[in-house]
Amino acid sequence: MTSQTANQPRQAPVATPYLEVSDLRVTFPTPDGAVTAVRGLNYSLPLGRTLAIVGESGSGKSVSSMAVMGLHDPKSTRISGSIKVGGQEIVGMSPAALRKHRGTGAAMIFQDPQSSLHPYFTIGNQIVESYRAHHAVSKRAARERAAEMLNRVGIPNPRRRLDSYPHEFSGGMRQRAMIAMALVNDPKLLIADEPTTALDVTVQAQILDLIQDLQRDFGSAVVFITHDLGVVAQVADDVLVMYAGNAVEHGTVRQVLGAPLHPYAWGLLESLPAVSGEPAPLHPIPGSPPSLLAVPGGCPFHPRCEFRDRVPGAMCTTVAPDLVARTADPAHTSRCHLPAPDRVFASEILPRLP
Amino acid sequence: MTEPLLRLDNVAMHFRTKGDGFLARRNQTVQAVDGVDLTLAAGETLGLVGESGCGKSTTARLITRLLEPTAGRILVEGDDIAHLDERRLRPYRKEIQLIFQDPYSSLNPRHTVGAIVGTALRTHNLVEKGGELRRVQELLELVGLNPEHYKRYPHEFSGGQRQRIGIARALAARPKIIVADEPVSALDVSIQAQVMNLLESLRSELGIAFVFIAHDLGVVRHFCDRIAVMYLGRVVEEGPRDGLYDAPQHPYTQALLSAVPDVGVVRGVPPRQRIRLAGDPPSPIDPPSGCRFRTRCWKAQDICATQDPALIERAPAQQVACHFAAPPAASLVAEAV
Repeated sequence: MTSQTANQPRQAPVATPYLEVSDLRVTFPTPDGAVTAVRGLNYSLPLGRTLAIVGESGSGKSVSSMAVMGLHDPKSTRISGSIKVGGQEIVGMSPAALRKHRGTGAAMIFQDPQSSLHPYFTIGNQIVESYRAHHAVSKRAARERAAEMLNRVGIPNPRRRLDSYPHEFSGGMRQRAMIAMALVNDPKLLIADEPTTALDVTVQAQILDLIQDLQRDFGSAVVFITHDLGVVAQVADDVLVMYAGNAVEHGTVRQVLGAPLHPYAWGLLESLPAVSGEPAPLHPIPGSPPSLLAVPGGCPFHPRCEFRDRVPGAMCTTVAPDLVARTADPAHTSRCHLPAPDRVFASEILPRLP
Repeated sequence: MTEPLLRLDNVAMHFRTKGDGFLARRNQTVQAVDGVDLTLAAGETLGLVGESGCGKSTTARLITRLLEPTAGRILVEGDDIAHLDERRLRPYRKEIQLIFQDPYSSLNPRHTVGAIVGTALRTHNLVEKGGELRRVQELLELVGLNPEHYKRYPHEFSGGQRQRIGIARALAARPKIIVADEPVSALDVSIQAQVMNLLESLRSELGIAFVFIAHDLGVVRHFCDRIAVMYLGRVVEEGPRDGLYDAPQHPYTQALLSAVPDVGVVRGVPPRQRIRLAGDPPSPIDPPSGCRFRTRCWKAQDICATQDPALIERAPAQQVACHFAAPPAASLVAEAV
């Protein structure tokens, strides 16, 4: 029951990406005008790696991931740009092809297992259904496979539990069942949207371990959406920080959480009370995230940024920065005009962190 | 010994569940809170932590007397308010105010901010005629809102601002105690820190005592002087912040702290000993005999099933309810990267 681990980051492999998102824009018409929830997002992810997407509500982290699953209603959503999963273009795909894509190409785990499982059907029925949607096998064989999956995600007595209804499971067990359902078709890409936010912390620890374990076994790519930087530190290889519909920083977990370059990422770290180390005063980001109906011009973060005085001219309010390398490290990118952000972090932010 | 500001003495809250229709089971009792002792001194901050179903929110509702306990005493400066009727409770209601978790459902959408914050002033006759507006504006300013916005409705404010309205409402009665039930957990990280800083400055400026309930152990550590850890309706460990976080003695506290993912590990903060509990907490309808944690505890022996461990002082001011209480092994704590 008791074991010890050290956080060992895996080195970035030079692999062809399995998931490639380029210039993704997602727009919804609303009574108040068109809301562009994702504004030109770019990232890629190879197999066997976990990318954490972090950001506050309205940053576009869930909307962009739902686009990867092809879950937006084509009648009411305008999607442009490109999403390639295993070489296949998702944007503009026919509904029939999308159905095939969901399940085998990519699968998703949602935040609330209570509302994402059907209360009228047994757990077994729901897993069997998703397996048979993609495989021409007998019910008996599918049931066998479902029991095997429940066993794999750590549900005791899997054969008997197949006939249980979701309400007979606890929150942690339901999330395990959701994971079993998502993985039953062997998807190469797993999107987990706040999969542990609704769970207690001791159960969250179990589920995080399970997801990491399964990823090692299945070798899949995982997109992990969360607002909890502690969870990111535990599960992620790479981190993408989103703000107002776009990526503001991208790099490995060690780069982004250990030596971040964007003032927004600094603000997030300084807003977190620590569970260990010397307690430090919190230094929150002033103001609140912008409405997507009226995103500020220039850098969308400038109204809340304490460092904009250090940027010459009115760059921050007029020129939107690009997501580029700001230091000698080309793999660590940030969308900000501030000169020498690494030195600012080391001399001013780091000493304030717990 | 002088009476503390607030004392819970062996308080219990058992709910009867009624079955309905043909699914009816026999009537059962949910032991949401079962024999809790807590004290709160003036100006002190007591944290209550634990997982869902541990009874922390029920405790909040007992302290504010939104629930009447089935056993035990709730003493406010020595007066037992456990079974007072509504009329006799009123003076105590003024002293103990509540801040809710959800800033959306805890404000009446059809009342203006001025009406929401002003209600307590009128109920308790706290202002002269005509002075209400000025006091409301003072309160709004105190919590960092624009005092001119008293005519607006809750939907015109963001989540963080609404939580500030809820805080202003709690402050209106000039309470001695504020019970804050997960006051920041519905907020985004950056907004959460703003509200925490506000609560902290109010505490130091106004000297209000807080009972602070949260599941986020970082938030509790940041805000509280003393912390009580609850499990299945009982307090299993209680003590000063540093003792509890640096040398937790109850296996459950150790597991809870170990389960919190810490962002500091990326910067080389040594990780905690890694403990993984199996399963979920048992149901409070039929709690395990003896120690309630024994079904998930790796230290459990026969005695744990038969003898209910009492809260005993194991370190200065740190009380633990465990037969095998011990600080985490030094070798494990020191295990740094």
